[in-house]
Amino acid sequence: MGSKPIEGERKVFMTGNEAVAWAALAAGADIMYGYPITPQNEIMQYWTRLGPKYNKKFLQTEDELSAGFTTIGGVLAGRRAFTATAGPGNVLMQEPMSMAEAMRIPTVVVIQQRGGPSTATVIYSQQEVTLTCFGGNGEGLRVVYSTSSHQDLFDYTIKAFNTAWKYRFPTFVLSDGYQAKMRESVVIYDPEARGIRMVPTEPFLGKAGTPGEDRPAAHLRNTYNIEEELLEVLSKDIEEYERVAPEIIEYDAYNTENADLLVIAHGVVFRSAAMAVKELANQGYKIGYFRPITLRPFPREQLRQAAQQAKQLLVVESAYGQLLKIVQDNLYGLNVPIKTLLRPGVGITPEEIAEKAKALLAGKEA
Amino acid sequence: MEAKQILPKMPKSWNPASKPHKFCPGCGHGLVLKALGQVIDELNIQDRVVFGCDIGCSLLSWDFFNVDTVQTHHGRTTPVIVGIKRANPELITIAYMGDGGGYAIGSQHLVNAANRNDNITAILVNNTVYAMTGGQMAPTTMPDQKTETTPYGRDIKETGYPMLGPEMVAAIAHEGAYVARGSIAKFRQLKTFIKKAIENQMAGRGFSFVEALSTCPTNWRTNAEKTWDFVENIMPQYFPIGEYKVPGGKEE
Ligand SMILES: Cc1ncc(C[n+]2csc(CCOP(=O)(O)OP(=O)(O)O)c2C)c(N)n1
Ligand code: SF4
Ligand SMILES: [Mg+2]
Repeated sequence: MGSKPIEGERKVFMTGNEAVAWAALAAGADIMYGYPITPQNEIMQYWTRLGPKYNKKFLQTEDELSAGFTTIGGVLAGRRAFTATAGPGNVLMQEPMSMAEAMRIPTVVVIQQRGGPSTATVIYSQQEVTLTCFGGNGEGLRVVYSTSSHQDLFDYTIKAFNTAWKYRFPTFVLSDGYQAKMRESVVIYDPEARGIRMVPTEPFLGKAGTPGEDRPAAHLRNTYNIEEELLEVLSKDIEEYERVAPEIIEYDAYNTENADLLVIAHGVVFRSAAMAVKELANQGYKIGYFRPITLRPFPREQLRQAAQQAKQLLVVESAYGQLLKIVQDNLYGLNVPIKTLLRPGVGITPEEIAEKAKALLAGKEA
Repeated sequence: MEAKQILPKMPKSWNPASKPHKFCPGCGHGLVLKALGQVIDELNIQDRVVFGCDIGCSLLSWDFFNVDTVQTHHGRTTPVIVGIKRANPELITIAYMGDGGGYAIGSQHLVNAANRNDNITAILVNNTVYAMTGGQMAPTTMPDQKTETTPYGRDIKETGYPMLGPEMVAAIAHEGAYVARGSIAKFRQLKTFIKKAIENQMAGRGFSFVEALSTCPTNWRTNAEKTWDFVENIMPQYFPIGEYKVPGGKEE
């Protein structure tokens, strides 16, 4: 009771949802708010089993609007607060996250993507990229980590709290139902044992002292009287977002200097892409990959550099062009043809990617 | 009214920098917030209160008090305040909203916070209209009342009856909850209700809810006399004033 949830580190075999719950515990999260939806349910289920042993709290809300807004409340009270959702829940989550974005409230949200639109399928897709990156009525001033393994889920859930509280932009861990539900090996650890210092939290509301006497009152708002007033706030936020983006951006790349064909993929699809690319490269094909880990902010310069060296690009995703749009936007002006393997709502195997890649490398339009 | 009344002092918990306030002349919001300000002073809780205001004319109170304040979204003040209270139960948390915010777009939050007996205080201003958006029908618009979206008067066959908020909340709330409907036309009683609501929270007994009958001369398009008549005499015919749930069951 009350001791550290994880001492040192330990290798375990667990589901992705379980890894998220452990990561939140290890990160010192204080409270989770959530509404049930497949495939994220087990995050709440593990949290409510593990949490009470460490004085952690949970509130099951009436919907995801409430889950998002109560999470905002938890953060305003100065707690490491988080929620998790998927699909239609992610749609509802956009209203509170717009507020978090507008007011620089460091919320953490784990998204376990499922098929869409609407209720669709309950397990898997990569169709919540646009929604998670740009879903609010704003400019997408958020941080979105796309994970591709359980280790990522554990690492980036911890990191999400630090990124959120350091930079004060709402931060998302974007995963999917495969990662949520399947079991694989993962090393769970006490962040401190790895030299990771958790960024301290502080209350936005309810600080010590009497407002108006000992300190000014906190008057937090997202309403403005005139356009210029809003522009001033937004300009500052945008400027800050762009300034810290290089510190936040993460990506992975392989064999980009020798690649005629550069495969671009994120999340769990990246696993298939990496397997296919490495296999083909071993066979002597001139192929490499680029994986954006942060979809927001996007590793623009890094991708442009890699893409410039290739003769063609192949964007692979379980969506009908959501990553593709981001890639096109970031590569604007570069003269490299972009080919696609787009399979909305279904998984993509290494074999499918290899086949497509070989056809493209052979100059055949597949 | 007494002629030689001395000008009442501004409550200490008000923020003088934002006065005179931004509500229209004759608006009831200011009186509700005056009652709340006096209660905060009397209970000496200015350093522990967190005030949340909705979107609607209530948003004009985002810098009204010298207490920590957050302005939220339309209908979402209840969950923000619930989230704050759950995370830090030491704070005294107040959600301030309009009838549209509380009974329409945010009704699920009100219902569920009441049912969970969340230890927060919700204060809802019933002015029978969506004031901020220019006077459309609200859940509380009276039968036959003209609004921008019921230009021929509210037809209850088409649009249903006005929402009876405290009655509903009292019906679903559990032992420990405090529920009342007051009116700016009975200021002292309204203040008592608000005080009891906040004391209920301070005692940790659970959800407290006060609806305040209020005025919106701007959207009602009424002069001072008609405005007062509507809130004092007409509204209570449909919205009875009093306590609906008191811990221990001794409604006033
Ligand atoms: C999600 C959303 N829908 C609609 C609106 C537009 N809107 C702003 S205030 C308001 C109604 C306010 O009425 P009420 O809650 O009764 O407060 P009042 O202005 O009467 O005090 C509406 C519909 C909004 N801000 N947000
Ligand atoms: S429009 Fe109505 S409710 Fe809004 S400030 Fe004016 S009088 Fe008050
Ligand atoms: Mg109203």
